[in-house]
Amino acid sequence: MKKTLKDCLKERILIIDGAMGTMIQRHKLKEADYRGERFKDWHTDVQGNNDLLSITQPGIIIGIHKEYLEAGADIIETNTFSSTVIAQADYDMQSLAYELNVASAQCARTAADEYTAKNPDKPRFVAGAIGPLNKTLSLSPDVNNPGFRAVTFDEVAAAYTEQIKGLVDGGVDMLLIETIFDTLNAKAAVYAAKNYFRTNGIAELPIMISGTITDASGRTLSGQTLEAFYISLQHANPISIGLNCALGAQEMRPHIEELSSIASCYTSAYPNAGLPNAFGEYDEQPHETAHIIEEWAANGWLNIVGGCCGTTPDHIKHIADEVAKYKPRELPVLEEAL
Amino acid sequence: MSENIHIKPYLRLSGLEPLVVRPETNFVNVGERTNVTGSKKFARLIKDGKYEEALSVARQQVESGAQVIDINMDDAMLEGVEAMTTFLNLVQAEPDIAKIPIMIDSSKFAIIEAGLKCVQGKCIVNSISMKEGEAKFIEQAFICKSYGASVIVMAFDEVGQADTKQRKIEICHRAYKILTEQVGYDPQDIIFDPNIFAIATGIEEHNNYAVDFIEATKEIKRLMPLTKVSGGVSNVSFSFRGNDHVREAIHSVFLFYAIKAGMDMGIVNAGQLVVYDEIDPTLRDLCEDVILNRNNDNNEATEKLIIHAETVKAKGKVEVKDEKWRNEPVEKRLAHSLVNGITDYIDADTEEARQKYPKPLDVIEGPLMDGMNIVGDLFGAGKMFLPQVVKSARVMKKAVAVLTPFIEQEKEDRKQAHLAAGTTNEEAAGAAKILLATVKGDVHDIGKNIVGVVLGCNGYDIIDLGVMVATDKILDAAIKNDVDIIGLSGLITPSLDEMVHVAHEMKRRGMTQPLLIGGATTSRMHTAVKIAQEYDNGVIHVLDASRSVTVAGSLLNKETKPEFLNGIKTEYHKLKEDFASRKTVKNYLPFAEAQQNGAAVDWDNFTPVAPAFTGTKVFNNYDLAEIAEYIDWQPFFIAWEMHGKFPALLTDTVIGVEATKLYNDAKKLLQQIIAEKWLTARGVIGFWPATKTSPDTVEVKDEATTLKLEFLRQQIKKAAGQPNLSLSDFIAPEATGLKDFIGAFSVTIEGIEPHIKKFEEAHDDYNKIILQALADRFAEAFAELLHKKTRIEYWGYVSDEHLTNEQLIGEAYQGIRPAPGYPACPDHTEKYKLFTLLGGEATTGIHLTESLAMYPAASVCGWYFANPASKYFGVGKINDDQLKDYTERKAMPPDEVKRWLRPILE
Repeated sequence: MKKTLKDCLKERILIIDGAMGTMIQRHKLKEADYRGERFKDWHTDVQGNNDLLSITQPGIIIGIHKEYLEAGADIIETNTFSSTVIAQADYDMQSLAYELNVASAQCARTAADEYTAKNPDKPRFVAGAIGPLNKTLSLSPDVNNPGFRAVTFDEVAAAYTEQIKGLVDGGVDMLLIETIFDTLNAKAAVYAAKNYFRTNGIAELPIMISGTITDASGRTLSGQTLEAFYISLQHANPISIGLNCALGAQEMRPHIEELSSIASCYTSAYPNAGLPNAFGEYDEQPHETAHIIEEWAANGWLNIVGGCCGTTPDHIKHIADEVAKYKPRELPVLEEAL
Repeated sequence: MSENIHIKPYLRLSGLEPLVVRPETNFVNVGERTNVTGSKKFARLIKDGKYEEALSVARQQVESGAQVIDINMDDAMLEGVEAMTTFLNLVQAEPDIAKIPIMIDSSKFAIIEAGLKCVQGKCIVNSISMKEGEAKFIEQAFICKSYGASVIVMAFDEVGQADTKQRKIEICHRAYKILTEQVGYDPQDIIFDPNIFAIATGIEEHNNYAVDFIEATKEIKRLMPLTKVSGGVSNVSFSFRGNDHVREAIHSVFLFYAIKAGMDMGIVNAGQLVVYDEIDPTLRDLCEDVILNRNNDNNEATEKLIIHAETVKAKGKVEVKDEKWRNEPVEKRLAHSLVNGITDYIDADTEEARQKYPKPLDVIEGPLMDGMNIVGDLFGAGKMFLPQVVKSARVMKKAVAVLTPFIEQEKEDRKQAHLAAGTTNEEAAGAAKILLATVKGDVHDIGKNIVGVVLGCNGYDIIDLGVMVATDKILDAAIKNDVDIIGLSGLITPSLDEMVHVAHEMKRRGMTQPLLIGGATTSRMHTAVKIAQEYDNGVIHVLDASRSVTVAGSLLNKETKPEFLNGIKTEYHKLKEDFASRKTVKNYLPFAEAQQNGAAVDWDNFTPVAPAFTGTKVFNNYDLAEIAEYIDWQPFFIAWEMHGKFPALLTDTVIGVEATKLYNDAKKLLQQIIAEKWLTARGVIGFWPATKTSPDTVEVKDEATTLKLEFLRQQIKKAAGQPNLSLSDFIAPEATGLKDFIGAFSVTIEGIEPHIKKFEEAHDDYNKIILQALADRFAEAFAELLHKKTRIEYWGYVSDEHLTNEQLIGEAYQGIRPAPGYPACPDHTEKYKLFTLLGGEATTGIHLTESLAMYPAASVCGWYFANPASKYFGVGKINDDQLKDYTERKAMPPDEVKRWLRPILE
């Protein structure tokens, strides 16, 4: 029988893939490449709508997935960071939201299944990536009107519900609510997921949660401390809680340490390749990132690890090689009495 | 890594910051003023759309110490959903309010759900119930759960609101089963509101409402220990509306009993709680009768309270304030202001005290600290709540602010004096910098502030990072400011782990500053075993503020630093080794077996000796000259870090000369103390009939009462034939029919303070420390003397004892005098019983602090055991089965027992 995600998590530290955007950039795609045949007459520019490539250039997306799988990734993320009716409004592509999720899930599924078939002892998993949206529920975009909100909880929940439906229909193994800088957006995603599974009578897929500590304040953009963030999302009963983006491994270290001491579920971490330089590029070399992360693994803080902005298959390979030596973090003992 | 992390099922809430409700949290205050049904002012602001001003009501609640804020928009004139949404969105933009969790309060579920859609943190829903049947209840609970909220369940079912104890318990239990079994709620996320109803309404059926609530709470917490109990406190006094003075007294008394019964949180006006102990006794007694429904036949107690309330009210609201305390001496007035959080007079009183005391610092260390100690004791005893403590701290800060310019001036004067005299002056050479912080997760900063003041007064530059400071922040600031010492403080137990973490990070970052550890929860042992090993450049446990000065001094002096650190290292290394060697023995007997293997005393051939008297005997002003003959000098030299055997060390080649000098100086001072009667020795001894009623319990019969002393037993597997000892083994078991006895004693040395002060004024630290050390020696010697007299005379179980002082010190006599909190009976809390038997503070002259330390410091106490088989031993570590048995015997909350016994728990 195929090993489940939980079986693998007990066994070893799992590797999640690296940046999708960084890899797409390498292809130096033009407006026409983004449009493909189907959208050649679309009324707005679509260059930069990376999620659209799952429909117009599936070969490139599948190819990137395979590079990460080759590097040793156990989990790959779907190319759906902005595949919601809210985020797609930038390209006037709201109506495509569901289809984008199905297409991206299928790209990842194809790649993952090919690698699982090659080595069934190392099954590969597809995580349906649910991004943070470009509109936020806890913050007002208008400094003079702090009570104003650009979007409502119900709108966000509806957008996520559509995304989740697409991801599930496209065949993902789990949902990954990631790059959370406003916990209330993530709560809407959890709300959407739980309701979607319950009202449709579908067995719940595991939920991974990954927040973003934005700077040295040690808080999320919406102002929560790490522990407050975790408490606010514990009801999701996530399979893992972790951090990604904004920080490099160096800066993320104290937060991962803290998280590993308070999380009753598994932990995950996928930092950026350091902090961006003056040109917005990431310089941290694969062995440098891997070296920092090795210590986390040695300390027993990790269950799932990988990379975010600026990381490449080479980073993932170095990380995978370094952490292979170490046992995964054991789940805490949940006491039953005070 | 090697040890698994354990996570407790605490109620965890969050705003921007977490709120974890631990057993030691005591009571969570939920601010009630942001409720349109309860606050006219708030209602008016919301109706007028003055949301900005309404926010200030919320902010004021947080500042007064509310840990959660209750928000209610139930008003017929309001669009509830809209008002809730608008207000909560605005709250989210105010970090100083949004930092605490929110309780969304409405009787309309649509308003609750609208509120849940606005808050990123984990909220409490107030409330849901089964009044419209189970189906609706389940549906609403599912919705609350999908937003991740904890729920308050009101004790309300299809029949109506529960008023009797039985109905409250039944409904809560039924709701509990539904929530945990059908909805999947974690028990710790369920909060019950078993309904607080108005008492003293004149209607007989209402008289027992408070009792019903209190008793139902007790039972709910017993049946469902992880759940929480909450309630709207102001309901209880509703019949006294218009008379806030009486209402506040009723609330305070009610909370005192409800919290004891297990109430975890309550909706209160956080700014307006009176201190239980500060309520006028007449009023308090009347309130107690009404709340506990005592002496209340035919509404008698109610009538009395109503009549009394009228007299209080008749005086008019302004005169209700009792100003008699203004006639007390300044020390008392300062204490009163601190305990009651009154800032009205603090500036004037502090100034008056400053003029009265020799140094501005003395005002802080004397009356202000005394006042804060009272606050600490009341808080520990559950008689004060967090908001009040916050207020007290504010008063303290105001007082310190009055004194600071004078302290600065003093410093400046010293500096100028140094400059004028041309002497070396560390202050001028850029004062050494000391960074202080209360570690992450801990909000207590009074102790740290005192340390800061004390160190500041000693010429150091203090960088105080405040409370709840994360490791990174501490270390970044330390590097940025290039500090010389880092000091960490913490009051609650989890802070210990945080300190370990800081030390660990200091090593990782390659830091060099010494690390000081302080605060009530810290210990030398924990520091030695857990923290010191994480960091190599010096980790020093500092017992109190006064010690911090000497430690900082030693660390900042280049010549003494290496030696000082080496001394600490050696000392901690030894502590750690002792700890480790105890830890390696891991074979335990099951407790029942250990009990079987007690000391084999041949009771058949033993007749207990009856003491000359039973009850107590007091020795006031005992002859110091006689006591002095019993002094053991060795610890005196250890206090001066001169190690070796006395008297051989007086002729030691290395330290002999200095030791002899010290000895002569000490003896000179000793003579002066005796001749001029500087100190007073007070002692109490007592004997009582005692029977061992169960393997580890000794029943003691006093005139008035029967006390059960509970002992702990060695549980480590011993070599064949070796017993597992418990002190109870040395008292005749009931079955023997023998009439046995136990004794107890306490001694204390009083009157040191004026002389210490005198030496301080003369900057004569040398004699000051000699004096303090001698006071300790007097206390020990007095204990030795009384024990001897007890053996020969008062108990008289040996008639012929001829022992030299050396033999006495070597304990070559029959019978023992172990003290609670020490190895043979490690539970400090048994001290309460010992002091009760001896007549309490009034008789013994000894005050027990909240952590059961004795004041004055030069005090000794203990039990007397006369049996020839009795001997000193250490209980060592015990196992869970014994802990469980002990907890049951002590009838104390398991966590409390665990806390006190932590050092001996495996």
